[in-house]
Amino acid sequence: MAADFEAPRISYATRRRLARVAETTILLITLAIIVFPIAWIITTAFKTPRDVYDLSIVFPPTVQNFVIAFNAPWNLGSKLVNSIVVSTVTVGIAIPIATLAAYSFSRFEFFMKRSLFLLVLATQFIPAVVIILPFFLMFRDVALMDTRTGLIIVNLAIVTPFAVWMIKGYLDAIPNESEEAALVDGASRVRVIFDVVVPMALPGMITAAVFCFILTWNEFIFALILTRENAVTLPVGLISFRTERGDWWELIAASGIIITVPMFMLALVIQRHFVKGMTMGAVR
Amino acid sequence: MSDRLLKYLLLLPAILIVVLTTVYPLAFSLITSFRDWDLTRNLEPTGFVGFENYVYALTEDYDFYDAVRVTVWFVVLDVAATVLIALGLAVILRRNGTLHRATRVLLILPFAMSPALIGISWRFMFNPEVGVFTYVLGVLFPWLRGQAWLADPTLAMAAMVSCDVWHWMPYMTLVLLGGLASLPRDSEEAARIDGASEWRVFLDVTLPQLRPVIAVVTILKTVFALKMFDQVVTLTGGGPGNRTATLAYLVYRVAFSAFDMGAASALAWILTAVLIALGAYYMRFLIVKAH
Repeated sequence: MAADFEAPRISYATRRRLARVAETTILLITLAIIVFPIAWIITTAFKTPRDVYDLSIVFPPTVQNFVIAFNAPWNLGSKLVNSIVVSTVTVGIAIPIATLAAYSFSRFEFFMKRSLFLLVLATQFIPAVVIILPFFLMFRDVALMDTRTGLIIVNLAIVTPFAVWMIKGYLDAIPNESEEAALVDGASRVRVIFDVVVPMALPGMITAAVFCFILTWNEFIFALILTRENAVTLPVGLISFRTERGDWWELIAASGIIITVPMFMLALVIQRHFVKGMTMGAVR
Repeated sequence: MSDRLLKYLLLLPAILIVVLTTVYPLAFSLITSFRDWDLTRNLEPTGFVGFENYVYALTEDYDFYDAVRVTVWFVVLDVAATVLIALGLAVILRRNGTLHRATRVLLILPFAMSPALIGISWRFMFNPEVGVFTYVLGVLFPWLRGQAWLADPTLAMAAMVSCDVWHWMPYMTLVLLGGLASLPRDSEEAARIDGASEWRVFLDVTLPQLRPVIAVVTILKTVFALKMFDQVVTLTGGGPGNRTATLAYLVYRVAFSAFDMGAASALAWILTAVLIALGAYYMRFLIVKAH
């Protein structure tokens, strides 16, 4: 190539060293960009309002913001309970139902199998704003507005198809010899599912459960539109800290910690399996 | 019980959930999109008006065209930035080292964070007086000092893109890293032995093999960008004016501020049609790849 002759020659060793320095620099910048906003939210949560407005890095820490956030009028505790109940029940319903469906998709052939499976997949492409309208209108009529039950129902819409796809991926990878053996020994199919398949698929089911829990926990638009007071979840609760008397950044940060820390722990627990989740098995 | 019956029974609850929570609401809003139904005037649905809501959106509704423009800009910038940065980072992270390992672990964190929280935190950090982003960017780039980021159309868009890139880029990096890990190493080694530079090995050997994964990441990111909503509410509120009001956000405003169910449903279905088209393309892509 012409460029090679024009440019002053740099030795291979120097080029390698330069590449390494560049690589380290890029990684350090990346780490800074990832960590800095998180660290800033964490420190803000422990600042007094005065320190928040000072952009200070060194400050006397206080837990006062958490005390304020958990008391009236903010009542972070009730939002925390709502988030825990809605996420736990949603996942508790979705995972067993999804496991059964995933098993059927994985092991049997049947009429319209592909269309049904594509239907399940297609739900993931539907924007939430289009399905929220009918729910909004229906929930007014049946008194599900501002209830946890209502939120659980709409959250199932996102989480169930997603779990079916994820768990099917795991089941497909499990050879069905031990199932066949149990069937030959005279066990019923239902027994085989509970005694043979579920124990083997458990890691996949747990990963799917954690993934769905994070999705439900962070879900915003459904809770924004379908709750007012009683069923408000943590993410929607954030907005209430923006009042006409100003924005309570230190309280936002404090409740941000309450929202985030449990999800960080869950994400790190399933770290190794995490990536397969959202790409729907496309990347193997 | 025979398998013949059982296989349908196992499917039933999941299919029921999908039909009741997705298919039925979709059909409902499709029908509503052909009605003249303003909740401020009528609590019950009123008469059908044919395609009037669609015709209005496409011919007279300036908000719609503004929203389309905002959405296109957002999607293009967001997807391009996410995919390119993720790709570059994945290639670097493929190698081993302490720093590499630490980065790989921490990459999971932004994705586990609530988008609403990221949006509202970005709002705080882009505050003209107390925002740490405003301050740091002002130090690095003097012409940005003291800028009211969210009051300027271009900068507000940049803030919104940066917010979504921060949320998704790390996750997409991990996906691409997974794709890279599954590539056979021998063809790259062969090219190196033949004397190709690292850059040529990447362009001529690695990149073509990685194309299916890049396609998946790009399509999915486009879908997620089109659906992006939480950060519009918590970061910009669509402003300044409506310069960051995406189509998804416009639907929300028409439905829940103006309470025009008919018009909102029509707008929602225009967005849905685009997403279904993308979804169909994605699924065909997966099926082709599977065979």
